[in-house]
Amino acid sequence: MTGTDTSETSMRALPQNRPARSGPAPAAPAPSPRRARPVRHVGRPGGAWALPALLYFGVFAALPMVLVAYLSLTSWGGLGTPEFIGLENWSRLVEDPVMRRAVWLSLVLTVLNWIVQTPIALLLGVWAAGPQRNRAVLSAVFFLPLLLSSAAIAIIWRALLDPNFGPLAWLGPRLGLESVDVLGGPTSAFAMIVFVTAWQFIPLHMLLYQGGARQIPASLYEAARIDGAGMLRSFWHITLPQLRHTVTTSSVLMVVGSLTYFDTVLILTGGGPGTDTTIVPFLMYRAGFRSWELGYASAIAFTLVVVATVIALLLVRFTGFGTMRSTREGL
Amino acid sequence: MLWLAVVGVPLYALLVATFQRSENYTSEGPLTPPSDPTLHNYATAIENGLLGFVLNTAIVTLAVVVIVVALSATAGYAVVRSRTRWTNGVFRAFLLGLAIPSQAVIIPVYLIIVEMGLYDSLTAIVLPTAAFALPVCMLILVGSMRDISEELYEAMALDGAGSVRTFVQLVVPLSRPGLSTVAVYSALQAWNGFLFPLILTQSYDKRLITMGLFEFQGEYRVDVPGLLTAVVLSTVPLFIVYLVARRSLVAGLMGVGGK
Repeated sequence: MTGTDTSETSMRALPQNRPARSGPAPAAPAPSPRRARPVRHVGRPGGAWALPALLYFGVFAALPMVLVAYLSLTSWGGLGTPEFIGLENWSRLVEDPVMRRAVWLSLVLTVLNWIVQTPIALLLGVWAAGPQRNRAVLSAVFFLPLLLSSAAIAIIWRALLDPNFGPLAWLGPRLGLESVDVLGGPTSAFAMIVFVTAWQFIPLHMLLYQGGARQIPASLYEAARIDGAGMLRSFWHITLPQLRHTVTTSSVLMVVGSLTYFDTVLILTGGGPGTDTTIVPFLMYRAGFRSWELGYASAIAFTLVVVATVIALLLVRFTGFGTMRSTREGL
Repeated sequence: MLWLAVVGVPLYALLVATFQRSENYTSEGPLTPPSDPTLHNYATAIENGLLGFVLNTAIVTLAVVVIVVALSATAGYAVVRSRTRWTNGVFRAFLLGLAIPSQAVIIPVYLIIVEMGLYDSLTAIVLPTAAFALPVCMLILVGSMRDISEELYEAMALDGAGSVRTFVQLVVPLSRPGLSTVAVYSALQAWNGFLFPLILTQSYDKRLITMGLFEFQGEYRVDVPGLLTAVVLSTVPLFIVYLVARRSLVAGLMGVGGK
């Protein structure tokens, strides 16, 4: 389809000259003269085509974002009408030590997730984009965790890590581990959340990198080989720079994803031991749907909305507006 | 290669456990195939009402897929082809929606659902689930629809086709790969959804599969193989979809990261 645009423009600019100019080459299939007519605006959909989706998305996604800000200024127990109480929830939130700790834990979790998941996903993705023979089979195996829900994954791992009934209880003593109650210790419970979410999400990011790596022109690698660059150097100087937009996309998804590991935490550790794995989304759930302080929970939720939006915008911005922009540019 | 062990071993342990009698589970060790393989766990899981949960989940999933495909196809068409200025803004709004975690707005969604009188119905799960699947689906579809060449549109226009006919006869058939990715993706979201069922329903006969598993976990504390069997059974339908639609699903997800 390349070249379509140029031929079109010239036709539109010189419609009368066209037959004369193509005269000497009658062997070439003559372009249909009808194409010269300006038909570009016929049959275009009006903006109304986007209305149903927009309205629907507005009611269930955009409106809630505004509502959550309002609800954070109310006291509401889930029944009846929310009662306006001003900034009370917010002053309470600022002074709440559990919230402070939850914010800290969420930050640590986000950073750890990025550090653990990005290199593994990147290497696996680049590897999977290559020509190895058993690649297809292995990629299919790696894909499996993506099919499982967070709930299923958390249940599986909880069963596998169970100190009384799980394989770990059987395996631990044979490996010389003293304590097998990994979900009962504060540090190890947190580490397990990092591990289980990595297990769950690395396949997704691996797919993204695989897609990105496939789009790197092979000529770049050939040129590098002629220049005598080894595998490591080609990876460092070609693969990584070429994948920078993918890194952005993947990082945004990872960071925003870290703010949503609610189901994993609920099932795997229940926020415990104590509040050692109570990250912000879980705290919001607990305040909202266990204590039924929905106004207070809304303040927590609004914090999440703001943080998610700011992080996404910052990351996308810092790396030259990344994929979000380039997706739009081709329009 | 190490990763194969990290992914493979737990999955293997999971499968092996489902054929193990729970009284033998801890004694025999997790990695050896059971000496006395049994389908007992599968029978128990089905007796415990797992099929009812699966049916509910299937209904919700189907509804979500229909809504998402219909809305994202029409809106995607408008974003790609319309000359109206604000359609571009629409797309940007959807992209921003990518960043909003559904947890963050669950409280207002709960309020809206209660106000609409839909609390504790399957519809209550369908509506927000579909809404939150829309941004990614728009991203996938717009990418796919943009590849339809200008000449084809012109040919349609010359035949006197209006936007509806162009949509039905040209856009839909040609963006079928994108549409099937969108369908599979939204099905995955609906099937695996946890938060909306947890918050927006409460009665037993409205349970979806993920919630059912969550409750099994409470009841089955000692019967680990029984619980794991329920997990495996809940994944079977998705696995079938994956086997059928593997290519388009993988291609679609890879496309999201692209460039």
